[in-house]
Amino acid sequence: MTALGVNRLCKSFGGLRVTANVNLDIAAGERRLIIGPNGAGKTTLFNLITGELTPDSGSITLFDHDITKTPSRRRPHLGMARTYQIITLFPRDSILRNVTLGLLGLSDLRWSPFHDLARQQHLVDDAHEALKRVGLTHIAERPLAQTSYGERRRVEIAMALAQKPKVLLLDEPFAGLSIDERRDVKELLLTIPRDVTMVMIEHNMDVALDFADRITLLHFGEVIVEGTRAEVVDDPRTREVYLGH
Amino acid sequence: MTRSSARWLALAVALLALATLPFWMIGDYYTNIASQILYWAIFALGLNVLVGYAGLVSLGHAALFAMAGYTAGLVLEAGHGHILAIVLGLTASVATSAVFAVLALRSTGIGFLMITLALGQIVWGIAYRWADLTHGDNGVVLHGYPRPFGLGIDTPTGFYYLTFLFFLLALASMTIFVRSPFGASLRGTRDQARRMTALGYNVWLIRFFAFLISGLWAGIAGLLFVYYNQFISPQIVALQTSAEVLLMVISGGTATLLGPIAGAAIVVIMKNVVSAYVERWNLVLGVIFVAIISFMPEGLVPGSIRLWKMGWRALLTRKKALPNTGAPPS
Repeated sequence: MTALGVNRLCKSFGGLRVTANVNLDIAAGERRLIIGPNGAGKTTLFNLITGELTPDSGSITLFDHDITKTPSRRRPHLGMARTYQIITLFPRDSILRNVTLGLLGLSDLRWSPFHDLARQQHLVDDAHEALKRVGLTHIAERPLAQTSYGERRRVEIAMALAQKPKVLLLDEPFAGLSIDERRDVKELLLTIPRDVTMVMIEHNMDVALDFADRITLLHFGEVIVEGTRAEVVDDPRTREVYLGH
Repeated sequence: MTRSSARWLALAVALLALATLPFWMIGDYYTNIASQILYWAIFALGLNVLVGYAGLVSLGHAALFAMAGYTAGLVLEAGHGHILAIVLGLTASVATSAVFAVLALRSTGIGFLMITLALGQIVWGIAYRWADLTHGDNGVVLHGYPRPFGLGIDTPTGFYYLTFLFFLLALASMTIFVRSPFGASLRGTRDQARRMTALGYNVWLIRFFAFLISGLWAGIAGLLFVYYNQFISPQIVALQTSAEVLLMVISGGTATLLGPIAGAAIVVIMKNVVSAYVERWNLVLGVIFVAIISFMPEGLVPGSIRLWKMGWRALLTRKKALPNTGAPPS
């Protein structure tokens, strides 16, 4: 079954074509790596998939349901979660509150002006559970502003995981991490069960290649190579535009 | 004593002082000043929902404040009762908030500020120019007060307690609101609107509801204002009123519960009390605002807490640094 389908997707900013007839067919449970040089249109593709940008043409399906016109805010309710290349969290709040906000986004309780959020034990417990998965339980109450870059990356992932997504989009989750932090995040990603389909943009090939079942190479908004790890790495076009000789 | 119990004790003392104010305050004049502080504080608390918790700075809130007052005044003038006047006044205020929100929430930041300013000026223009309805510069005059539960509010003490009751309601509802899931969602839209959308929140609708809540409290304050003054004119719809209440919020401390109250107290006291002794009281008010912004950019209340903590920490460090010789003091 196709978890995430992208069909002849196009997007231009003025005269600049950033996504050109992109097709993706990502199976349920698959780990897909999207690679490409800077400016290839990888993050734009994520923004189109999540609805932050509206495509000029083409369609997007989530488990065979057309979501092209579904508002961005509705897509998390359908099982899609994402992380950002540039960390996008709530710096005035604690780590726990950040993850709780992630959970609250899918709860009808978010409209309530009467309940006490801190006393919603089921949300707090679920947030702790998500933090446990990323190894941050011991600093759950720490203000986000007092955490390291690597910890924030993990909070990003915890927020996404807390929403129990069916499709998880990770935009450069290893960016800016130290070797140890990279190892920790990689181990964390490998523990995510196969009922979550994962699509990852990453430049760090050392860690990313181990992760991927299949790889898509984007260049100037076009898919130029797609296949298994071996197929993509061996393809001369990959060496030409991305890996180098 | 723990920090939490000290906070509760301070709150209890403050509320007790306010509850008994007419008994220890010297003269009705100052009781009336206290009433003014409280209804301006309600207005500022309402605006703080937008400015502090939503990060949306409005310069058109005087229109929402005045809309309730004008509507109530005109309904009473037409010979209807106080209940209808109050209900329609609040309805008008909330409905105007909805229109303002639909138009202004197309933008954020400076765009939002400019749209609210323009909308406020349109309402001011209507109040000033549509003389057949609003009597223009002459304003609308009220005659008489309602008697809620048979209690008279036509005396300074009676009106003070009515205002105090609504002030308590505003403070309690804001306290609950800030801790609520909706309050957390609203703060989230202020800090990371894009992320909130990606988490499944309807950012526009959250801001819209926040605008309505803000407008409702502006309307309640507007009704208290018009009953207190028994008069409303275009002057109160003008930009100066919007700017003044915004200054109350910013100078006291945005996104705090006590900040807008402190800001309201400063402005009302400067206008009504200090102006009796200092001819150029506006200059003094300006200097106070500049001092607050310079030394406490986060506002008077959070700034004072920060300075207090700094002073306390410095005192403790100094105590620890003093050598203990063990010898008795000479």
